[in-house]
Amino acid sequence: MTILSLILFLLGAGLVACLAERIHANAPRWISLVAFGIATGWVLLLWLSGSDAETGFYAAESLAWIPTLGINVILKMDGLSLMLVGLTTVLGIIAVVSSWSEIDENHGFFQFNILWVMAGVVGVFCAYDLFLFFFFWEVMLIPMYFLIAIWGHEDRSYAAMKFFLFTQVSGLLMLVAIVALVWVNYANTGVITFAYEALLNAEMSDTVSALLMFGFFLAFITKLPSVPVHTWLPDAHTQAPTAGSVILAGILLKTGGYGLIRFAVPLFEEASRDFALVAMILGVASILYGGYMAYSQSDFKRLVAYSSIAHMGFILVGVYAFNELGMQGAIVTMIAHGFSTAALFMMAGSLQERLHTREMSKMGGLWLKAPRMGAMTMFFVIASVGMPGLGNFIGEFLVLIGAFKVNVPITVLATIGIVVAAVYGLSLMQRSFQGEPNPQVAAMSDFGFREMSVFAIMIAALVWIGVYPQHVLDLAQPTLDALGVAL
Amino acid sequence: MSLTDVWVSFPYLIMVGGTLVLMIGVSIVRTHAIALGLTLLTLVFALAALDIGWDHIPAEGYVLFSITRMTGIQVFFNVLFLLGAIVTALFAYSYFDSRAKRCEEFYILLLTATTGAMVLAAATHFASFILGLEILSISLYAMIAYPRDARHPLEAAAKYLVLSAVASTAILMGMALIYAATGTMAFAEINQAAAGGEQSYYLLGQALICVGIAFKLSLVPFHMWTPDVYQGAPAVVTGYVATVSKGAVIAMLVRYVHANDMLSHDGVFYAVAFVAVASMIVGNLLALMQTNLKRLLAYSSIAHLGYLLVAVLVVQTARPELVMETVLIYVVAYFAITLAAFGLVSLTTEAAADETEFLESYTGLFWRNPLLASVLTAVALALAGIPLTVGFIAKFYVFASGVEGAAWALVWALVIGSAIGIYYYLRIVYTLVKEVKPGTVAMAQSSTTGTVAVTVLGIAIVVLGVYPTPLIDAVRTIVQNSGF
Repeated sequence: MTILSLILFLLGAGLVACLAERIHANAPRWISLVAFGIATGWVLLLWLSGSDAETGFYAAESLAWIPTLGINVILKMDGLSLMLVGLTTVLGIIAVVSSWSEIDENHGFFQFNILWVMAGVVGVFCAYDLFLFFFFWEVMLIPMYFLIAIWGHEDRSYAAMKFFLFTQVSGLLMLVAIVALVWVNYANTGVITFAYEALLNAEMSDTVSALLMFGFFLAFITKLPSVPVHTWLPDAHTQAPTAGSVILAGILLKTGGYGLIRFAVPLFEEASRDFALVAMILGVASILYGGYMAYSQSDFKRLVAYSSIAHMGFILVGVYAFNELGMQGAIVTMIAHGFSTAALFMMAGSLQERLHTREMSKMGGLWLKAPRMGAMTMFFVIASVGMPGLGNFIGEFLVLIGAFKVNVPITVLATIGIVVAAVYGLSLMQRSFQGEPNPQVAAMSDFGFREMSVFAIMIAALVWIGVYPQHVLDLAQPTLDALGVAL
Repeated sequence: MSLTDVWVSFPYLIMVGGTLVLMIGVSIVRTHAIALGLTLLTLVFALAALDIGWDHIPAEGYVLFSITRMTGIQVFFNVLFLLGAIVTALFAYSYFDSRAKRCEEFYILLLTATTGAMVLAAATHFASFILGLEILSISLYAMIAYPRDARHPLEAAAKYLVLSAVASTAILMGMALIYAATGTMAFAEINQAAAGGEQSYYLLGQALICVGIAFKLSLVPFHMWTPDVYQGAPAVVTGYVATVSKGAVIAMLVRYVHANDMLSHDGVFYAVAFVAVASMIVGNLLALMQTNLKRLLAYSSIAHLGYLLVAVLVVQTARPELVMETVLIYVVAYFAITLAAFGLVSLTTEAAADETEFLESYTGLFWRNPLLASVLTAVALALAGIPLTVGFIAKFYVFASGVEGAAWALVWALVIGSAIGIYYYLRIVYTLVKEVKPGTVAMAQSSTTGTVAVTVLGIAIVVLGVYPTPLIDAVRTIVQNSGF
């Protein structure tokens, strides 16, 4: 019961953190930090103890839930899930640290929400029962909604509502698709089951398959997000508190990519193949549109938010290239983007805390005042631009090679997207940290040990993936093999 | 009258006997607590009698006095009505204790209304149908108008009286026409007899009955009374009107539809489907604009009955067992959520002279009264059908029925309706977590009985949402072991 214990552990820690506020104002933060630390150690142990030789799972468990409807708590962790769960727990630490001094009200409930989002996300990454998957998919929304609606910035009500509506409505379509899939399978086999592995073999006509695939696809690209259902993202990211943005960009977006790889493609392989061109076009549209929009922003955080849309476009292109390189690239991008964007959002949060603005016109020449912050921003901007030797480069490069085999024009357009990334990335750097020092900015404190230590974690992770990506590739390989996609 | 007759009708006898005892008791000593005690005692005894009586009911049901038939499903509904009445009595105690001078008669009305609901649920004949409906409705008029010095309840009661009487008249006229066409008043015989009879009378009769039922269930386009009555009536009574009185009509409707195969007629099917879709969309759209929590809940209940109607509509194409399971689970969820919602409204408004029912007055409740705010959050999320709450399980069942019955248009309407709904349910949640504005009136300190009842309901909403297996198993056992 490793995975279930991990989820329950995070949920329990959330409750404890919420109640601990009465004992000491600082207690919730420490409880949350320790909980994520333990969880990270837990995942690390699972990785080191290796996977089951026969099944390839690092952990697998099942428990009766609603047996009369064929619904069970089936949780399994393969290499891909392991990586994403690890990313989740590490970013949990980063989220807690990044909001250490930002949140000054209701700490207990704040940490409660962070821990519960993360618990929901771990569930999403490990669920092998479609009902359970949907359950976690929705459960992670509610605490996220609270994070934005309570602790967000000036326009939080609107942003939180938009975020919730988009994900919830697309989720409803997925629910219809899930139920329909189960009933199609029931009509064929006479068994009602929501088990992922049983539904993989469900037989259905091409039309039905295409319709159901679309239900899943829409839910996942809304979360990813991709053009044209991306509009919630800039608002939600900009308005969320730093920890919220870190979690949103770092992890919640990845559940969309994960869903495509785990569910939309394998469950409806033929339909997905037929749909691949449309999906890739959407991906390229996201890359170019996200890049274009990012360049036009004057708000630091909004710029990073739009850049996320562009990076997520690569995932869409990679997954629907339908070959091993593309898929691997998409997975590496998911992990690397998790770190690089989390770092940039944390930077935006730190700047807002110090300058009380996110407008880049009110920044400029900050490097002189805070050299450590400048250096860190430089590193992560370069990482996110796709500098060789860092994780993001590996991901996007693999995606491009994968896509090149399938569709050259799309690859060319996506490559242009990388150039655009350099433009908006460097413009971000120049407008905020370089150039003439802005006279309006009085003295501002630089990063201390607390901030530098989490940035060190993220730098280490990006360099590790960039220099020796084999670990990530090896972990993801069995998942891709199991997909059975003729790669 | 055989001994089995006595056992099966025992719950009814207890309800009637309890009403008489309470009536006499009230005329001797007027003590609020004693009246509440006698009421609760009657309801609990009736629950026990239902349990005993159930052992004497065979699988296909037991025909009682030739115009009602008890099966496991009727027992299930009756249990729900009694539980709903118990919760209402608990809320009413704290609500009326501080307001009305003479509150004891309220409980007499509560008992008669519940008896009427129990009769209506068991009806298999027009006679028991109208009898149950009128016992229920007439008690409700008086319950709504109970705080008789206040303007709003009186206005609401007058509205409900006039409109409800019109609906009852429509039903009676429909019955007369059907009788004229078929010569029978038993649900199960109407359909066969109609085949040889005068079709125009028959269809007109069915249409009139549908109109009356749609009115009682406040389905669009017969929903106009709902917001006014919900708003005007005391919150405890609104909770009762929204749950027990509607639950009884649903119980009757399901049996009626199943017994006489009414929906196999295309015209009737499309008319009812139109009503369902209109209720889902219009109910949710109108709820968007509300600033008054009671009115918002009124429109939301219109939409919810539209959702429930989806399950009833697929009775021809989906498995009847699934349809029945859906209806029962939906009704359980709807009861728990709605009672909790109106219980909360009545709790938070106890001390205030007027009901603070505006959404605004709940601003920042989360930081002022975390317990009540948590329950209200659970209620809002459950109404929106979000996982972790029983509302999701109910909605999931409706989706399953709709998909199995291949009623895609209805499923789409359900998706669209739910999507609109999320917006205003989330607004409730957002209001709760907003920071408290300085100068906001403090929420009244709530009473113990009511708080306990609300907390129990809140826990039930979450527990049944996370682990619905006991509920599903219980419902499935009942549905599989009893005829409709």
